Amino acid sequence: MHLIRCPHCGHRDESEFVYGGPFSGARPDDPGAIQDEAWSNYLTVPDNPVGPVVECWWHANGCGAWVTIARDTATHDIREARDDRG
Amino acid sequence: MTAAERRLASGGGIDRSRPLRFTFDGRPYRGFEGDTLASALLAEGVDIIGRSFKYHRPRGVIGAGVEDPACLVELAGRAASGNQQAATVRLRDGLAATSVNCWPSPELDAAGIIGAFSRLLPAGFYYKTFMWPGWRYYEPWIRRAAGLAAAPATPAEGRFETRHAHADVLVVGAGPAGLSAALAAAGSGARVVLVDDNRVPGGALLNRRLGIGGAPAEEWAAKAGGELAAMDNVTYLCDATAWGYREHNLVLVVQRNPETPDVIERSWKVRARRVVIATGAHERPLVFANNDRPGAMLASAVQAYVNRYAVLPGTTAVVFTNNDSAYGAAADMAAAGIDVAAIVDSRKDVPGAARALVGGTEILAGQVVTEAHGRRRVRSVSAGDPAGGTMRRIACDLLAHSGGWNPVVHLHCQSRGTLRFDDTIAAFVPKDAAQPAAVAGAAAGLPSLGDALADGAAKGAGAAEAAGFRALSRPLPECRDQPYAVEPLWLAVAPGREDRSFLDILNDVTVDDVRLALREGYRSIEHVKRYTTGGMGFDQGKTGNANIIGTVAHVKGIAVPEAGFTTFRPPYVPVAFGAVAGARTGPVVLPFRHTPVTAWNIEQGAVMYEAGGRWRRPGYFPKPGESFQDSVDRECRSVRQRVGVYDGSPLGKFEIKGRDALRLLDLVYTNDFSDLAPGKGRYGLMLTDDGMILDDGVTFRIDEHRYLMTTSTANAETVNRHLERILQVDRRGWDVRITTLTSEWCNATICGPRARDVMKALATDIDIDRDAFPFMHFRSGSVAGLPARVFRVSFTGEVSFEVNVRRRHFRSLWDRVMDAGRRFGIEPVGSEASHVLRTEKGFLSLGHEADGTVDPHDLGMSWIMSRKKADFIGKRAVEIRRSSGEPRRELVGLLPDDPEQAIPEGAPLTPGGSKRASEGLTTACVRSVVNDRWIALALLENGRERIGGTAHARTRTRIIPARIAAPCFHDPEGRLLRG
Repeated sequence: MHLIRCPHCGHRDESEFVYGGPFSGARPDDPGAIQDEAWSNYLTVPDNPVGPVVECWWHANGCGAWVTIARDTATHDIREARDDRG
Repeated sequence: MTAAERRLASGGGIDRSRPLRFTFDGRPYRGFEGDTLASALLAEGVDIIGRSFKYHRPRGVIGAGVEDPACLVELAGRAASGNQQAATVRLRDGLAATSVNCWPSPELDAAGIIGAFSRLLPAGFYYKTFMWPGWRYYEPWIRRAAGLAAAPATPAEGRFETRHAHADVLVVGAGPAGLSAALAAAGSGARVVLVDDNRVPGGALLNRRLGIGGAPAEEWAAKAGGELAAMDNVTYLCDATAWGYREHNLVLVVQRNPETPDVIERSWKVRARRVVIATGAHERPLVFANNDRPGAMLASAVQAYVNRYAVLPGTTAVVFTNNDSAYGAAADMAAAGIDVAAIVDSRKDVPGAARALVGGTEILAGQVVTEAHGRRRVRSVSAGDPAGGTMRRIACDLLAHSGGWNPVVHLHCQSRGTLRFDDTIAAFVPKDAAQPAAVAGAAAGLPSLGDALADGAAKGAGAAEAAGFRALSRPLPECRDQPYAVEPLWLAVAPGREDRSFLDILNDVTVDDVRLALREGYRSIEHVKRYTTGGMGFDQGKTGNANIIGTVAHVKGIAVPEAGFTTFRPPYVPVAFGAVAGARTGPVVLPFRHTPVTAWNIEQGAVMYEAGGRWRRPGYFPKPGESFQDSVDRECRSVRQRVGVYDGSPLGKFEIKGRDALRLLDLVYTNDFSDLAPGKGRYGLMLTDDGMILDDGVTFRIDEHRYLMTTSTANAETVNRHLERILQVDRRGWDVRITTLTSEWCNATICGPRARDVMKALATDIDIDRDAFPFMHFRSGSVAGLPARVFRVSFTGEVSFEVNVRRRHFRSLWDRVMDAGRRFGIEPVGSEASHVLRTEKGFLSLGHEADGTVDPHDLGMSWIMSRKKADFIGKRAVEIRRSSGEPRRELVGLLPDDPEQAIPEGAPLTPGGSKRASEGLTTACVRSVVNDRWIALALLENGRERIGGTAHARTRTRIIPARIAAPCFHDPEGRLLRG
């Protein structure tokens, strides 16, 4: 079970969090200006590397913060955690 | 030898003043406090404890701990439990154990005949032999024949529980290295958790006769354990096994027999800053014909039973070895009175230090045991030069064998640590750690006692330092050790006998099976494992795996490290489901959520349902003599003809405020909210960015920057996550705050033609006149003397007032509504009637009509997809998907040709009812009171243009034709609900 650092609550067990998928940058402001294929890829083709990924977790059973972390899928090392509430 | 002669008069770790009675397969036996079930059965002369998994060969005790691959028992009574290892079951007074895999008894096993046909059951026989006419005909028989213990019929008495612990240093194992590590770490002041699977400290020291600090080694261990247990910063868990090593240094431990009397087992989740793995080593067996016969035991196990349990497992022994450690065992056996007939050593040159331990015992150097003889127990062995020559028969009733030692690297490997092959000890040893952990002592490949003590102290101190403490150096005690050297020997079996030479004794995997797997092209060690099932039993191949790897290397003619090793996975020992679940059983697993009228509903005799989001709410309120349909019809009629009241409290409710609240609504809803005036509400549809329907609900504007959003019951949590993610990740600068009000406000939905009368009778200061308080508006005021928010929305198609009050006022509101409504014939309405009423109106129910493939156009809701807004979540994806021009399934109504014929919800619609790919499905089907017939909603390919035609629902037993209609069966203009 991962130990994820919530910027508000400190290191907490993964069971307190809900996985929110990979972080692929903030949602573009004007999807209408993006090519069909590019938009479909944005929605449905996330990278799935063995190695570092950036992903979002929701501290659902905690403070409710969305946390973005950089995690290595091969080692589970979590290198940084960012508070998305700023 | 009688039972009395098998137990030594003195010595060992048993307490002779505390005799214990137990039964095995119904027969009474006696043992002592300190015994395991295995040691007590050995002392009582029970040779055969079980039958093997596949061939039903007789099996007896082989090991003295978790490594034993043969003796599974089922415990009955208070501690009912299946598949326990006899060598790890602590003997208690009244213990009742039975063998598994045997019928009628291990002595007379009916299926033992399978052993005679073992050639018919090679590796992979399941896949080859039982193909025709189908595996399902054979499976029940095979499962019964090859089964393990049945699950206990009744729950064990007592409970399981879980504890979470944090440690600066977690030490696994209280052998010499572990104790030494724990002492070094604890001395620094670090919080130390020490986990050991024995009841007393010492590990292998308990089984051997070594010395530390001028005293017997077990005395040093007892003193060290006592010292640690007395320290405030040390938690010493004995009789506890670390069985899983997970991410971020989380180690899972199961503690048997914790001090709390009614706790059966306690599960510990230890999060440690550093871990020291001091799990010792397991002896590997040697591979010869009939190496599974009762009486053939690991040399270290014989040594343990003699020294620790004061049991003689036989009278005359042959010791077969390829290393020095068996000489210490032989010496202890001889000292206890066992006649050691010969030591067969595969090494041509036996070191003098080893010879010196056994005095005048005959040593057959450079020879091997090729076969054990005896049907139910070893009676003699064949020994000789493996290169050829005459074989010699040596009579014996005990064969103690040792193939060297494997470091217990399971936890290290579970933590993703790597291994290397150490030629000196002919075993895989830890290489690099993947987490903040270190391996110490025999587990690290250091066989000598002095090295274990020094390595443990260094690793313990290192762990404490790494966790930020200052470790003090502590003098290491002097020790008296025994020599260790080994020359690998993977196979000692004569040709033609490989079908009865076992590698994995638990799963009946022989040398022949491995040869077969390799011949059939399973080259990788992982494939050999899966094809033969070698190493896949509950023991995870603790004794077998190394020999399987050695055999693969031998057959392929490669070096052992090239053969590789299989993945080590948790659990290290069998763990009860109860220990994993802990207290999370029964209603505690997923607790229901209740509204304040649950008790009232139950008093009324309501049949309670789970309504999504874990809410418990009434399905219907049966009256005496009513059928299910009678009750639902009655509730529907009350709403259509008079008035009903529905507990709408579980509805998701969120207050959204801030300068950018409107921007948020316009982003998440498909329709436009910019012109919504304060005091008014609007129905909205929410999509995900891939164009699927996420939720629907009505949002009210309270004032300029303040809104109240309602969501469906089941999706409240999902919507909250969705909105928070937008605000916290995507639109971080927006000024919006969301407050969850779902449990703060409860609502009684009063609906039906007399709803306004009930509102008047309740007394309210809100002007509820139709023109003063129109549909899709909300008002704040007092209702029945309680502060309330009243919404005019309708999910039934009738005039509705949703009266929201604070949770603490809800029960009194509910009672007042029932009182005030009595003279208008009010009835409580459950979710079944609600489902009928909404289906009659064709109102969307997520999970019925919206299933993840459906977009708003399919539901006839193109009007809700704003053309004015440049963007909203899901807009782009819906456009892209629809641009393909593929036919869509559209929402329609269905009227079965036979009005009394129901269509099962979910039934597929196929072209003409034929057995072809479906063209739609039935999403809801109810008996309509207003139409006096069955009606249905369905998603049907190009359904809207087929209105007036016929669709066919195809079920297993019949084809149901139905006329396609518009998806609304009651008041299509919506006049009633606005009334």
